[in-house]
Amino acid sequence: MKKDKKQSLKLNRRELLVGTASLGAMAASNSVFANEVSSKNLPPNVPEWTGELGDGVDVNPYGMPSQFEENVIRRNVEWLTASSQSSVNFTPIQDLEGIVTPNGLCFERHHGGVSIINPKDYRLMINGLVDREMIFTLEDLKRFPQTNKFYFLECAANGGMEWKGSQLNGCQYTFGMVHNVQYTGVKLSDLIQETGLKPKAKWVLAEGSDSSGMTRSIPIEKLLDDCMIAWAMNGEALRSEQGYPARLVVPGWEGNMWVKWLRRLEFGDMPYMTREETSKYTDLLPEGKARMFTWVMDAKSVVTSPSPEKPILNKGVHQLRGLAWSGRGKISRVDVSLDGGKNWKTAKLHDPVLSKSVARFTFPFEWNGEELLIQSRAIDETNYVQPTIQELQKIRGVNSIYHNNSIATWLVNSDGKVDNVRLG
Amino acid sequence: MFDLVKHSILFSFFIFLSSFVNADDRKFNLGKLATKTEIAGWNIDVRPDGKGAPKGSGDAIKGEEVYAEQCAACHGDFGEGVDRWPELVGGEGSLDTHDPVKTTGSYWPYASTMYDYIYRAMPFGVAQSLTHDETYQIVAYLLYMNEIIEEDFVLSEKNIGKIKMPNQKGFLLPDPRPDIANTDGKPCMENCKVPTKIIGKARDIDVTPEEEKS
Repeated sequence: MKKDKKQSLKLNRRELLVGTASLGAMAASNSVFANEVSSKNLPPNVPEWTGELGDGVDVNPYGMPSQFEENVIRRNVEWLTASSQSSVNFTPIQDLEGIVTPNGLCFERHHGGVSIINPKDYRLMINGLVDREMIFTLEDLKRFPQTNKFYFLECAANGGMEWKGSQLNGCQYTFGMVHNVQYTGVKLSDLIQETGLKPKAKWVLAEGSDSSGMTRSIPIEKLLDDCMIAWAMNGEALRSEQGYPARLVVPGWEGNMWVKWLRRLEFGDMPYMTREETSKYTDLLPEGKARMFTWVMDAKSVVTSPSPEKPILNKGVHQLRGLAWSGRGKISRVDVSLDGGKNWKTAKLHDPVLSKSVARFTFPFEWNGEELLIQSRAIDETNYVQPTIQELQKIRGVNSIYHNNSIATWLVNSDGKVDNVRLG
Repeated sequence: MFDLVKHSILFSFFIFLSSFVNADDRKFNLGKLATKTEIAGWNIDVRPDGKGAPKGSGDAIKGEEVYAEQCAACHGDFGEGVDRWPELVGGEGSLDTHDPVKTTGSYWPYASTMYDYIYRAMPFGVAQSLTHDETYQIVAYLLYMNEIIEEDFVLSEKNIGKIKMPNQKGFLLPDPRPDIANTDGKPCMENCKVPTKIIGKARDIDVTPEEEKS
């Protein structure tokens, strides 16, 4: 009986989805369904779920989101890459609140697919210019002093499709290569006390054990400043797709350096010039030369609602929501414009505002069916102001792929639908 | 008997000394020392100066064969790239144009990186299955196809750090950012002079995955 009811609820939902397909799956999956009501569940009636028992504690040993949230998922753009194992998907930031990205929604970027590693078989090797070349097990790592920190991780190519113009009509696709979780791990400055360091050690090569053998060079000052090896995110073990059982955390710097499935750290006296820091993750300028070692992620912000996936459904009061972050420290202020950047008002920043972590902002506004050009602009504690795309293009052209932290514009049409547009 | 006792006392003293030294140097006394054999198996990186390059050699003539077998299915017989898999050859003179073509020949600054990457990550899905000689052969073939070495040039651990790549000086250091004008934290708030004309819509480009079209 109970199952039948559940089944019918699911069917109803599917029918609803099919019925509203003409409005576009976007609207159907988010807001229209939420607006569809079954009057038999409304006052003064007794809702159907009240007249039955729900699941017991033995049904879901690992809980999942409500079935009504099944559209809140990572999405990828199939035509972007040759293979899904060397590709990327995007965090549905338009559907999230607060500053924590749930583990199962953190965007993925792999270069050789997801490695599945038995933690018993995990080893971290440290070699090169150290006093003692050593090997640590996962249990060894967990016995070091522990650190717990919130950090954002953003792919340097986040927004990379938007250099020449507005291409992808979605907040998720244009800003979703970012996530923000609390990491638990050991600081490299503690770990290194076991191996010692030779005075000539200036760089470290971080190497993954996945099928791509991901490698990046990191200057030793950064490594010993705030880098850590994490084995947990948001209170539970790392997800496999985030590098289980251990990954490198390089706060504020581009995601590619946060080597997953970390197997080795080699200390040396010069950078290793790996493929990922020469042929990739270098920023080509108009004159044909490319910037190299552009590690830090500049301040950035995005309005997550309204956005192309979050149309405005009603006239009247609304709460604009968004995220802001900076690789240089804390976000100090976020401004919002509803007229394409002519006039700005300062949004409310919500606690906690942490260094090198995503911050949440909101801004109340009223909508009466007029067209809006919505923008947000982040300012960080170094007084860096998030630039327009024109400011970046003037210096960097349109072929640098990486580090596009420019202000995006969402056009709210008179019917409430929202478009990613370029102003010029 | 006396010798045995003396020996074991000396031995114990030695153990005591070494553990004392360890405890002194190592704050937490965690982990174990890595053996040379263990390190050799994982220490596969090759630096621009050739450090780390394993013993081995190969030329483009042999490389053509290995390349055809191991690489051409994705990268094309001549490095031109199949479907969306990367091009490996050509692109000279394109970096300052509207459509730059970044290949090993036109963009990669070091031959060592080619060796390092191919050995550690290629062929895609069968990583670290090539022999060192095969890797040198493939790198030699790509360098030859990019007109950087002659067909019969024997690439090896002795000279891979000396290959001059065409775009070696094409990279700028250090990072000049912040490279934008406004870093005083005081942006315009009212009646700002900004372009507000819509010059493009993602909807019109029509490349957003189907489910998300509105």
